Amino acid sequence: MTTVASFEIPYTSFIAPDGRAERDLPEFARDARGLIPLYRGMVRSRSLDARAVALHRTGRLGTYASGLGQEAVGVGVASAMEDVDVLVPSYRDQAALLWRGVTPVEILLYWGGDERGSEFAGPRRDFPVSITVGEHPPHAAGVALAMRIRNERRVAVCTVGDGATSKGAFYEALNVAGSMCLPLIVVIVNNGWAISAPRSIQSAAPTLAQKAVAAGMPGEQVDGNDAVAVAEVCRRAVERARAGEGPTLIEAVTYRLADHTTVDDARRYRDDAEVSRQWELEPIGRLRRHLVGAGVWAKEDEEGLLAECAAEVDGAAEEYLATPPLPTEAMFDFLYQDLPPGLEAQRLAAIQESAADA
Amino acid sequence: MPEVTLVQAIAMALHHEMGADERVVVLGEDVAASGGVFRATDGLLKRFGPDRVMDTPLAETVIAGLAIGLAAEGMRPVAEIQFAGFMYPALDQLLNHASRLRNRTRGRLSCPMVMRAPCGGGIKPPEHHSDSPEAFLAHIPGLKVVVPSTPSQAYGLLLAAIRDPDPVVVLEPARLYRAGKEEVADDGAELPIGMSFVLREGNDLTLVAWGGMVAEVLGAADELAEQGVSAAVIDVASISPLDIDPILESVARTGRCVIVHEAPHTGGFGAEIAARLADEGLASLVAPVTRATGFDVVFPLARLESKYMPDRRRVLAAARRVLEYA
Repeated sequence: MTTVASFEIPYTSFIAPDGRAERDLPEFARDARGLIPLYRGMVRSRSLDARAVALHRTGRLGTYASGLGQEAVGVGVASAMEDVDVLVPSYRDQAALLWRGVTPVEILLYWGGDERGSEFAGPRRDFPVSITVGEHPPHAAGVALAMRIRNERRVAVCTVGDGATSKGAFYEALNVAGSMCLPLIVVIVNNGWAISAPRSIQSAAPTLAQKAVAAGMPGEQVDGNDAVAVAEVCRRAVERARAGEGPTLIEAVTYRLADHTTVDDARRYRDDAEVSRQWELEPIGRLRRHLVGAGVWAKEDEEGLLAECAAEVDGAAEEYLATPPLPTEAMFDFLYQDLPPGLEAQRLAAIQESAADA
Repeated sequence: MPEVTLVQAIAMALHHEMGADERVVVLGEDVAASGGVFRATDGLLKRFGPDRVMDTPLAETVIAGLAIGLAAEGMRPVAEIQFAGFMYPALDQLLNHASRLRNRTRGRLSCPMVMRAPCGGGIKPPEHHSDSPEAFLAHIPGLKVVVPSTPSQAYGLLLAAIRDPDPVVVLEPARLYRAGKEEVADDGAELPIGMSFVLREGNDLTLVAWGGMVAEVLGAADELAEQGVSAAVIDVASISPLDIDPILESVARTGRCVIVHEAPHTGGFGAEIAARLADEGLASLVAPVTRATGFDVVFPLARLESKYMPDRRRVLAAARRVLEYA
């Protein structure tokens, strides 16, 4: 017998939970001041999540999926992208969305039940968040295919959860990205839980990154609580894709510190002790310790940032709450570019019903 | 003007539009080197090259998903699903994504894609190759669905589908692919989506059909004419959006209607037309609206295929019931 194929899955981390660099830092991270934007992005996202959960608890926002604990993945991924690239995100990627220029108001509008939240005044070509699990990597592959056909130096980046890796569409997208050599990066945000299903339910494979192997593309794992590591691994993958060298699958190992959503109670299926342990590994404190250790972040900086974020979410919440709902007919008006004449009667009936309600 | 079969008309439309608009790309299984199992994409690879004519992995979900991503990025993808019966893995992509992208983003992104698939029975293929899924597809808001019945219709509707700013499924009756030839001008003229075509005026009875059933209905109308019955024939062509007005207008004259489709009876698209007639045309009706359709059974294998398919006899039997209703 001979071996006809073999593989290995690299794992990358730089910053230990205590904030110290475990090994030589990548070039962009050598001056710790360069990491402050990553830190700010994470705090900003967590601040919005906290406010969104509070709005839900007080009945002023719909169901919300907090990204608490996995902010490093979002900022790491988004920081590796250019504006002209396209993000095809999942529903817990606030940190990435904010970095890309989606506003807190848009995020609140979306979860508050208003389609305008996906209108994205900033990143106009980014996809709306995918509520369906793992059905969107094929779209990212299609976006990447358009880029390849037009010979553009752009890349598509898709984020999915660990649960999504069990879906056929996820694999079909990886497979075609490999065979067509597409400029696509798929990032698995492995936060350990798909609602109540632990990672072990999804697959017996020791890593999810190795799902790349069957698709003929590189797969690697990264410490998803280390923003520096995520940013570096994504930067390299984006560079490869931009140079026409094809797709990469990245598994960022992190942890969902929050409930699945505001209507979930994670205490029903996981131990408090596990969650407490994970709090010691979470990304924001880790990078703060690093910045403080490097002497580039002080108490006043922290207080200033928290005040800034609080003001931002205050303003966003106020603007969201003050935004009147869309008119009834809006549900017809974006269905097609031109409403088929046969739907005009339904549209008018809906308007009349609303008028009767008023 | 060339005389072409329906499948040649499809290829002609693809050639025309790929030549006219470089955003148009074709993708699917066996569409490139082989030119499609029915040759609907014949010659495209040679003329337009592998960047625009792409064989994909054998995976319907990702064929649809690629088309969505391409369309959102401003391309005009035409995805082929080899047979309509293999479309079901892609239904999720059509239903949850292609049809919703414009609405979900308030028009920021849209999905001008086409999915083409041969549909229906009559060619004695293996299992799963004979489905007529137009009713499922018509139930998806945001999607358009057309079923051509002639080469010229196929040419014009496919061009309209490619140029449409929203996703369109084109179901091509496989039994018609080579059933006959028609002169079709390769002039790039599209036929409007959302229009029913009155093929024949009539005073006694309105026959409504689409796709592979239109020829059966025309044959039935001929036979009825010999018996002194004047039957109107309406080819719906666009399942969604449906143009009901010509049907209502015809039934206002005839008072009688038979709807013919190959898909199973219950919940078929004929039920929607019948409901619309009950709702908007009841005063005109002098007899119950009747449907001549496939049975509510699994589409049989080749030996019983002809026993399943609605044919002229089944149409005439339905017509007779409606005409004799007192």
